[in-house]
Amino acid sequence: MFKSTERKPFQQQDTAIYQASTSSHLQYPHRLNFYDKPPLFDVTIEEFETCALERLRVLAEIESSAARNRTWEESKTAIRAQAEKHLVLKQNSAKYDDLDGQRRKDHLSHFVLRLAFCRSEDLRRRFVKAESTLFKVRYEDDILTDREAFLNSRNFNTIPVLPDEKKKYESQLYSLYYGKNETERKAAFEREKYFKVKWTRVPDLVEKRRVFLNRGWAYVPSQEQSSIIFGEYENQLEKALELTARLLPRLDEDTRLIPILNNLSQGFIAGSSSEWMGENGEGTCGEEIRAEMIDDMSKRHFPMCMKTLHDRLQRDNHLKHFGRLQYGLFLKVLGLSIEEAVAFWRKSFSRITDDKFNKEYRYNIRHSYGLEGKRANYPAKNCLQIMAPGSGEYGCPYKTYNPDNLQSALLSTYSHQGLKAADLPDIMQLVNANSFHTACTRVFEITHSSCGVKKGDGVNGEHVTHPNQYAAHSRELYKATKGAAESEDVAMGP
Amino acid sequence: MASTMDALSPEAMLTFYRRLYPFKSVYGWLNHDHMPTRQWTHREFAFTLAGDVYVRYKSYNNADELKADVCKLNPSRFEIGPVYSARPRDKKTVRQLTPLQRELVFDIDMTDYDPIRTCCSEANICKKCWKWISAAVKVLDESVREHYGYEQLLWVYSGRRGIHLWISDPEALDLTDAQRKAVVGWMNVVVASGQNEGMKKVNLRAGTKALPPPLQAALDTLLPYFTSIVLEEQDCFGSEKGYEALLEFIPDVKVADSLRKTWSADPTKPSASKWLDLKAEVKAKDRSQRAPLMHAMEDIILHYTYPRIDAEVSKHRNHLLKAPFCIHPKTGRVCVPVDPRGIDSFDPERVPTIGQLLGELDEGMVVEGEESSPDSDVQRTSLAPYVEMMNKYATSLMDLKRKAKQDPDTLAW
Ligand SMILES: [Zn+2]
Repeated sequence: MFKSTERKPFQQQDTAIYQASTSSHLQYPHRLNFYDKPPLFDVTIEEFETCALERLRVLAEIESSAARNRTWEESKTAIRAQAEKHLVLKQNSAKYDDLDGQRRKDHLSHFVLRLAFCRSEDLRRRFVKAESTLFKVRYEDDILTDREAFLNSRNFNTIPVLPDEKKKYESQLYSLYYGKNETERKAAFEREKYFKVKWTRVPDLVEKRRVFLNRGWAYVPSQEQSSIIFGEYENQLEKALELTARLLPRLDEDTRLIPILNNLSQGFIAGSSSEWMGENGEGTCGEEIRAEMIDDMSKRHFPMCMKTLHDRLQRDNHLKHFGRLQYGLFLKVLGLSIEEAVAFWRKSFSRITDDKFNKEYRYNIRHSYGLEGKRANYPAKNCLQIMAPGSGEYGCPYKTYNPDNLQSALLSTYSHQGLKAADLPDIMQLVNANSFHTACTRVFEITHSSCGVKKGDGVNGEHVTHPNQYAAHSRELYKATKGAAESEDVAMGP
Repeated sequence: MASTMDALSPEAMLTFYRRLYPFKSVYGWLNHDHMPTRQWTHREFAFTLAGDVYVRYKSYNNADELKADVCKLNPSRFEIGPVYSARPRDKKTVRQLTPLQRELVFDIDMTDYDPIRTCCSEANICKKCWKWISAAVKVLDESVREHYGYEQLLWVYSGRRGIHLWISDPEALDLTDAQRKAVVGWMNVVVASGQNEGMKKVNLRAGTKALPPPLQAALDTLLPYFTSIVLEEQDCFGSEKGYEALLEFIPDVKVADSLRKTWSADPTKPSASKWLDLKAEVKAKDRSQRAPLMHAMEDIILHYTYPRIDAEVSKHRNHLLKAPFCIHPKTGRVCVPVDPRGIDSFDPERVPTIGQLLGELDEGMVVEGEESSPDSDVQRTSLAPYVEMMNKYATSLMDLKRKAKQDPDTLAW
């Protein structure tokens, strides 16, 4: 389906795959897309990955909107804002925009994510839900004329209800007709056109008793037509994903794509932590982090697991493979550039020669940044992975340390941030209840009380699910509350 | 022999399975074909064994295999689940076991009527309260046929105080969970709201508008039931608690207060008279004030007579439901099919029990030289008409499938 060769000029003969339009000169005459046909143009591997990552950010916002129980209007606002940043898709009236370019990217990114998310039932379900929501937002935002043109370009297999039939069921149809006052309602009902579809295509309308049902047929007024469209969209996407899942093994021959796809779906699985997966993610707080800043940062901002790795690295001037990988990816997502990462590790591994470092470690660091080998964009491990059995000495300290060691480690690590012995029973109670997330969250609250964090506030209202989430929010808090004071100090200094 | 053993003993159950249980009929009904299809081979069965051991994900190649396993494990009952993407018994080795098909099922149980029935409580049931089930069957049967166009309906007595509906139209078998949830949402008027709060009405009408058409139709069916069950036999408003529940539906405070004053002087005044009092109050109002009260009266009728469906049973394809012809472990009655047209005269107490059937088997002597077979055994018992009913229905399903195969267009709408 995708050829990852060098970029070629856009292939003109592919116009047949787009919805036919007589008036438009565009390759993609409509902003809305049912994605019936795969993109048949060539793309570079970078384009393949970056456009998918950007779409993923929008989908992650959709999932998080649902998780936060936002209202439909609040969700739309949040999703629009995310789409404005990562997946611009303008109306036909925006004549000076590169409409085809935007729509091409939309088309391509949708299909890349299909490949990444077709592989398990759970991923398929989540993908369909997120994509349908995105479609709904765009549908509702679409200008009426654009939307009509799109709808006219497709056959939704609806059967028009003829005047005779409408007359026959007038009382049933009218009693379900929604309108303002009685006179307006009557007039509007007279004008209203009805479609017949099998009731299974509009389950949402059936559930709310908003359509007339007659022997399996639902009589849908055109003002409720969107239900048919959304149902159709979900249905088609579900089927297409199942089909893709069956065809996917053929893709295995292209070894460059598989790691990218794995990485994409992993970011999605991690859910809230999908924000923490990219070098340019929001977790970086904007400013550049330099190698020499890490030690200071670890004291203020790192969760126990990463602080432990950092301390061990400084103490032994070495970390074993899995520890390096875990800590290295955490630093990458924290915002450490590849140059600074090489500098940091070179400095930390002070007992080995340049030659040995270059031979044995430099490659691995570049690899973890996706610059060597499979060129995968490896995400940092989240709490679930760190807590998983077999993580051994690099696991979650709240889980693996014995109670005595944990308590003394907590005091020595965090007492300079305000953690007192009196806080320990509270934390240990959570640990004993196997609620390691919550224990870590509690420690975050205690050690950030000087930033105004109170018990129950969590990390921005959430539990700790990812060390990068912990660190990023800690940095944000410091920047917001202490940043001003610190820069003043500097200004007043000599 | 049978008379000497305890009616619900394992020995009695085993005899019932070996000599009377109509495995072939149940096979035909689930499979829609003579030759085993996926609808049978990929179908989940679950057994309840002695000591409350529950075994799931059983599946069989044919009816004989099921019979052999049932006779071997001798369950106190067994349940039927969905048709999966693979054979359920291979659950450990297959990559995915997804429910694909399932009859659309409904479960109506007398327990959900406990807050309003006055004749019996809990597990008990009598002819009087069974009438509610009759009303439910009428409304549901009509709605499923008229609104959804389904025609392959099997009603099965649950053996104690409820009834199940199994819908086997091909389109119904294919419904997704979301679509099943939609049907339930459409059907449900009265939903339980917590254990001790009784019932709460929901979702009857949009604002102050008239009832939606399906409920209007149900109302016509239910009106005679309301009079005979609620007003007369059960006398639901014949106590202070009963009429206070009624007054909660009255939106007009003045009307409610006036009725309360009258009734508190004579709390046991018959429900029918109280209903007339309410009607008189409503009539005395001018037109604009009358409408909401008329709506309230409709709501009351629906609340007290509309089918109370156990929604969870219907919503998911992988919900298991007791197989027809099983023995109810408490009553010993067989879960027999019921003809909805004769539901008004159906008497749960006249449904054969296992003890009765085994007695009948003992009495009818096997003629010399004639082999005893399940078919001839059943013929000698009062189970015969029920098995006959199941066989006829299974045959009609097979005919339908054969026709659909010959002329695929007839169903492709
Ligand atoms: Zn009773």
